[in-house]
Amino acid sequence: MQILAKHKMLERNATLLLVFSFIVVTIGGLVQITPLFYLENTIEKVEGVRPYTPLELAGRDIYVREGCYVCHSQMIRPMRDEVERYGHYSLAAESMYDHPFQWGSKRTGPDLARVGGRYSDEWHLDHLRDPRSVVPESIMPAYGFLADRVIEPAYVQQRVSTEAMVGTPYSDGMLAAAVADFRAQADPDADAQGLLERYPGAQQRNFDRQPQLTEMDALIAYLQVLGTMVDFSTFEPDPAR
Amino acid sequence: MADSNNDPVDPHAGPADPDNRIGLERQAADSEHAAKIAGDIPERRRPDQPAAPRMRRPARRGLVQEVGSTGHEWDGITEYDNPMPRWWLWTFYATIIWAVGYVVAYPAIPLVNRATQGLLGTDYRQEVAAEIERFDQANAAIQTRLAEVDLAAIPNDPDLLNYATNAGGAVFRTWCAQCHGSGAGGARGYPNLLDNDWLWGGTSEDIYLTLQHGIRDPQDGDTRFSQMPSFGTDGILDRARIDQAVNHVLALSSQPHDAAKAAAGAQVFADACSACHGADGSGDRAQGAPDLTDAISLYGNDRATLTRIVSEGPYGVMPAWDTRLSKAELRAVAIYVHGLGGGE
Repeated sequence: MQILAKHKMLERNATLLLVFSFIVVTIGGLVQITPLFYLENTIEKVEGVRPYTPLELAGRDIYVREGCYVCHSQMIRPMRDEVERYGHYSLAAESMYDHPFQWGSKRTGPDLARVGGRYSDEWHLDHLRDPRSVVPESIMPAYGFLADRVIEPAYVQQRVSTEAMVGTPYSDGMLAAAVADFRAQADPDADAQGLLERYPGAQQRNFDRQPQLTEMDALIAYLQVLGTMVDFSTFEPDPAR
Repeated sequence: MADSNNDPVDPHAGPADPDNRIGLERQAADSEHAAKIAGDIPERRRPDQPAAPRMRRPARRGLVQEVGSTGHEWDGITEYDNPMPRWWLWTFYATIIWAVGYVVAYPAIPLVNRATQGLLGTDYRQEVAAEIERFDQANAAIQTRLAEVDLAAIPNDPDLLNYATNAGGAVFRTWCAQCHGSGAGGARGYPNLLDNDWLWGGTSEDIYLTLQHGIRDPQDGDTRFSQMPSFGTDGILDRARIDQAVNHVLALSSQPHDAAKAAAGAQVFADACSACHGADGSGDRAQGAPDLTDAISLYGNDRATLTRIVSEGPYGVMPAWDTRLSKAELRAVAIYVHGLGGGE
């Protein structure tokens, strides 16, 4: 109890309090964070998960900018009702290239973790322009303005290299071709050979049915890839995770 | 008050005076206040000393309890050393005991390579797999029958029909209602499934095929596919001839039209449209070409909409579902949609 009696010293000396607080927070942080680097069962290896294409990445930025995560989660929990409604439960690997992840916890709207391929581009267009036109009971705001906002890929390469900096495995080839891939994915007449080699399974088409490349293209491209990367017909869940 | 004798007599000063508006009580209060101003303030207790015994609310056994000070002092404010409420304290202890039990029973503490797994061996993946397995087992017999039996024979089997209609309805409300509406009434651009006007065929086999492979789904090789040319944007027809064709189509569905243009449009229609929509405009289900002679239309059949469709050629997409839903589920939906009213 000798040491407790000296507590007054800490309380009366701001600098000392700062130093000791820092030590305490450091220890707490290390205990929480360090195991994540060594635990073998946090992220399992899964076939098929690839980094986002530049266009999908731009769409993801719009998703974050518009605050879609406020009403839509991207995390299907391992419960029967969710699996039956949304599809296979989410795997950690499926969001390992998300910075930050969009798991969310609020479902004013439905979960979007596997929305990719579930609706047509036309539906997304109609729904983003006027949600009530297809879902009369919806309370979602309209996002029709996205179709009027043309994106110039001025910062696409920097955006991709930023992702690479925080650990997403974009190769030098991907970085060099970022702008070309960005344009090619939304242009059905472009040569997609390179795009498909770099990003297997990337969908190439004119997402918003307009000649110019808009934010609507990017957002729909992102929505259409969500949850489609892993082929669950070949996926064997590891029971120990 | 010593020199009050020298003051002129105040007619209102005397307490006995009926005109005296200053009551005795107020006089007393005034003199007390004067004493305070003169410095005659009672001494305050030292804050770190226990408070003088005071009457507090008697405890349950009739004893008067006295609470001391904690000895803490901030700017003359001291703190009673009251205990925490008993209910709070016991809840607190209970949560500590609960936490210990939880950490032992469930996965909790991260170690070097993996976290502690807990004595219960809980695993959400196994739990959900077992739960789904349980329901699959319960439905296995009828699901197998549903997947194997001839679709056309299902309406004759009351058990199977009942199951397929209910299961199909549940799947429909989960996966199909977003486009076709929860009541299957459709929306502009998304077909109404309640009527007997079908683009690709209304038998249960046709509906089943559409469900399996979708319509114009870019991800499915066997999808139903057709594409109306964009006569305007692709420069196949000029504006005048599109206008003639539109008038002809308006004439086909008995709507107000320009008779002369419609007559000229008959030739345009025969050259450009009849290959898919038929010479009489009654459509072709093999290509998903709609019947133009009736009042039912997917996007609308007014002049402006028709002109836009002929010029730009919109076409809808339905996703293929055989990658997401089981064969039995798809067949159940086919039976459900077939039974909505328009099934053939």
